[in-house]
Amino acid sequence: MLEVEIISGRTLDQGATVEEKLTEEYFNAVNYAELNEEDWKALGLQEGDRIKVKTEFGEVVVFAKKGDVPRGIIFIPMGPYANMVIDPATDGTGMPLFKGVKGIVERTDEKVLSVKELLEAI
Amino acid sequence: MEETVNVICTFCGSVCDDGLFDVEKFKSKRFCKLGSSKFSKKERIKAPMIDGKEVSYEEAIEKAAEILVNAKRPLLYGWASTVNEAIRLGVILTEKLRGVYDQCASVCHAPGTLAVIEEGLPGGTLGAIKNRADVVVFWGANPMEAHPRHGMRYSISAKGLLVKDRKQRKVVVVDVRPTKTAKLADEFIQIKPGYDYPVISALRAIISGNADAVPDEVGGVSKEKLVELAETMKNARYGAVLYGLGVTQSRGRDRNVENAVKLIQLLNRHTRWVIWPMRGHYNVVGAGEVPAWEVGYQYAIDFSRGYPRFSPAEFSAVEVLKRGDCDAALIIASDPAAHFPRAAVKHLKKIPVIQIDPFPNMTTLLANVVIPSAVAGIEAEGTAYRMDAIPLRVKKVIDTNYWSDEQILEKLLEKVEKLMG
Repeated sequence: MLEVEIISGRTLDQGATVEEKLTEEYFNAVNYAELNEEDWKALGLQEGDRIKVKTEFGEVVVFAKKGDVPRGIIFIPMGPYANMVIDPATDGTGMPLFKGVKGIVERTDEKVLSVKELLEAI
Repeated sequence: MEETVNVICTFCGSVCDDGLFDVEKFKSKRFCKLGSSKFSKKERIKAPMIDGKEVSYEEAIEKAAEILVNAKRPLLYGWASTVNEAIRLGVILTEKLRGVYDQCASVCHAPGTLAVIEEGLPGGTLGAIKNRADVVVFWGANPMEAHPRHGMRYSISAKGLLVKDRKQRKVVVVDVRPTKTAKLADEFIQIKPGYDYPVISALRAIISGNADAVPDEVGGVSKEKLVELAETMKNARYGAVLYGLGVTQSRGRDRNVENAVKLIQLLNRHTRWVIWPMRGHYNVVGAGEVPAWEVGYQYAIDFSRGYPRFSPAEFSAVEVLKRGDCDAALIIASDPAAHFPRAAVKHLKKIPVIQIDPFPNMTTLLANVVIPSAVAGIEAEGTAYRMDAIPLRVKKVIDTNYWSDEQILEKLLEKVEKLMG
């Protein structure tokens, strides 16, 4: 288990598939989290492993990827997976906290839900 | 129609106007990965549907009108990926229904709008930036993934009138991670997440001659580096801060932008600087500008009292949904089921939802009435505002049986007016 700060954001693949949300391509574009190599090692992850990301606001299972992020930060592409765990409070602005939400990450054997299953789970 | 035609891209806020499109092959040239995907064949919503059953446009619109008229307070949300002509009708429709109008900026760049209300916006067009900016700072923005041709056309390697090429332009990226854009920059300043505000404050302090008050390190950046950046900014002939969602979606939100505008005001005592948001959808500017010129506000507008009221704490889509303050929703040119926090989606699942969109998405899965529309810029024409509020006329280059958003809303408004008497 690892304490992290979660950020979400656009990626080229997310953008290129955003008008095809019910396809495998979109699923693959948004269903993962990028971790720093040190954090990857600390969790004992292997290629293709899944992680469970938990915050005060929800939890989600995503694929783990090594990425160019600082230690203690994970990046999830913007979309339904990230939105399961971000902070919905807007502090009166209308804007939820999509970036910079504290949470924990652990390795899991649970499967990554499809976009449809995710919506059903809400 | 001719085989290859000029087209204007209707994907991101850069609204590239130099594309070519082969109508026969359904293939674009010159566009980036995002634009090419926009101008490619994709799965479409085949026909209008009520509860999953295919119906005619007239039947679907009739049902949609019934739902909206019977609702006490409907939410009409989306608008960022359609043209101004459709948005105009949407605002009239919301007023008629005494509903809530909100648009995608609400979860994107709207905190910047709040900052502009407080501080104004010392801005410039993309043309001015391309021709004049010798220093460009991308702050919490990653155009190489979100606006891939922006750098080439306007802000990184663009060849301008006065700033002739990449060598004459200094590019700085401030971000919490080394993004693709950071890798192209002359200088990358990595800050800790949520520390935009103090870093901007430190720069303001240094530029106003109060460097003594700045500690050795702010938000993960050394004072030395901050002094260096402040000097770069002061010594620019024409500088541009182009900010992204890294600023608006993290701790501080609107206050980050407000602080950044104050930094720009300060810099303008020394030299010329502008600040501008990197707007996402191709007409998200229109989704704010059109209601602004119709009813005075850009987003989070409530008409329940018969006149427009603006309050993001109450009338933004996320707040309205979280509190269960709407009993029906019309979602157009957007996918809140995918892009809203789960607490907001939860309510959307409980109420009748009408969707108008060319493509099936997560909102389609929970919508009761689905009305497919023509793709603006390919199958329907209209006006869109580029991210710098320059209006561009997007084209219809392919014939289709799908109705345009404008046609659908015109008919829907007519039905609503008839039902309401």
